[in-house]
Amino acid sequence: MTPAPDRALFQYLLRQADSPLILAQRLCEWIGHGPALEEDIALTNVGLDLLGQARMWFAYASEVEARMSGNARDEDALAFRRDAGEFRNLLLVEQPNGDYAHTIVRQFLFDHAQWLLLSQLARSSDARVAAIAAKALKEVTYHVERSDDWVIRLGDGTAESHRRMQRALDALWMYGGEAFVVDDVDAALVGAGIAPDAAALRAPWLARIEAVLADATLARPQDDFVQRGGRDGRHTEHLGHLLSEMQFLQRSYPDARW
Amino acid sequence: MVDADAWALLGTLMDPEVPVVSLVELGVVRDVANCGDRWRVTITPTYSGCPAMDVMAADIRAAFAAHGAAAEIVTTLSPAWTTDWMAPEARLRLHDYGIAPPHAVATRDGEGVRIDISGLGRARASDAAIACPNCGSIETTRLSQFGSTACKALYRCDECLEPFDYFKPH
Repeated sequence: MTPAPDRALFQYLLRQADSPLILAQRLCEWIGHGPALEEDIALTNVGLDLLGQARMWFAYASEVEARMSGNARDEDALAFRRDAGEFRNLLLVEQPNGDYAHTIVRQFLFDHAQWLLLSQLARSSDARVAAIAAKALKEVTYHVERSDDWVIRLGDGTAESHRRMQRALDALWMYGGEAFVVDDVDAALVGAGIAPDAAALRAPWLARIEAVLADATLARPQDDFVQRGGRDGRHTEHLGHLLSEMQFLQRSYPDARW
Repeated sequence: MVDADAWALLGTLMDPEVPVVSLVELGVVRDVANCGDRWRVTITPTYSGCPAMDVMAADIRAAFAAHGAAAEIVTTLSPAWTTDWMAPEARLRLHDYGIAPPHAVATRDGEGVRIDISGLGRARASDAAIACPNCGSIETTRLSQFGSTACKALYRCDECLEPFDYFKPH
């Protein structure tokens, strides 16, 4: 059954918010540990962009929830008071940082999917969705450029960097396609002209990814099995640990202010 | 206080991280409206995660309060902020401050190096020679796509060897 418009929209907005939020948290873990000062700064700046984007989606989700139930959670409550099972992020973004190759490959797969989705959402029939997407798209365009650059530099780098990049790509590949899995929530939004059919974005995503991988001398894994579940709140074991750190303060000292 | 006074007041408020460009010149202030008991100031974020936005909003409220007026801050997202809105004189001030302004494209011809900071060069950061704001050299290298803030990239001049920030076209 197709969910009611606002219910579907709320779910969709949570999905848009949760992925950048969780990836921002992952990138923050690199603060003070980057392989070079410039990288430390760059990665955390990407994280900052993603956090800002998450906040824009949460703010809208909160308004939609108010419209739906009259009892809305604000952006802090949505970020800090939900448990793992209520998060709607892609499984890809919750995967651990691993070595730098894992961090770069994760970002690379995500950035391209995000860029394609936001390009379409910028033309949404919902003016607020369109505005947020247009804003985020400008930032993600820069992220894509940076990720491509690193994939090529490390893939076509030393034997060791190449080996690590290929290993990361092989390990993360099964999570890359989840962004293009569609369900009832998507169908409701597509029907209303609010969201694009994400399934149609897989082919252009693959084309972009493959072009960069070719330059990077990396082999695109051939197994197209897609691990899914994030959109339904079924996460890998990593998310709970991430949340325990991210939510610690608000859980231990609710509504703490300073 | 009339509209022109409100705009003039906002023109005195500098970007907290780049204190040579006002919030009006930066293009962050989109509109000011007199709503009787208060002024409604519409701002737009530069980057969605820019931590300076809260400081800017607080600065605006404080400036109006100092003139016995109240300011309500409204945030708009569309149209998305672009460095194209940055005033020409603000670009020059950025350059003098040691930050290469957006599209600070440099070319070398028979008469030497020509630096165009008008913003009309329209080249992408990655394929244009960004001129060093310190010595004017176009022999520069991008060290990182992100500098001290989200809106800047980090460069190094290969001639005078000084690192410098480049305000990214956005």
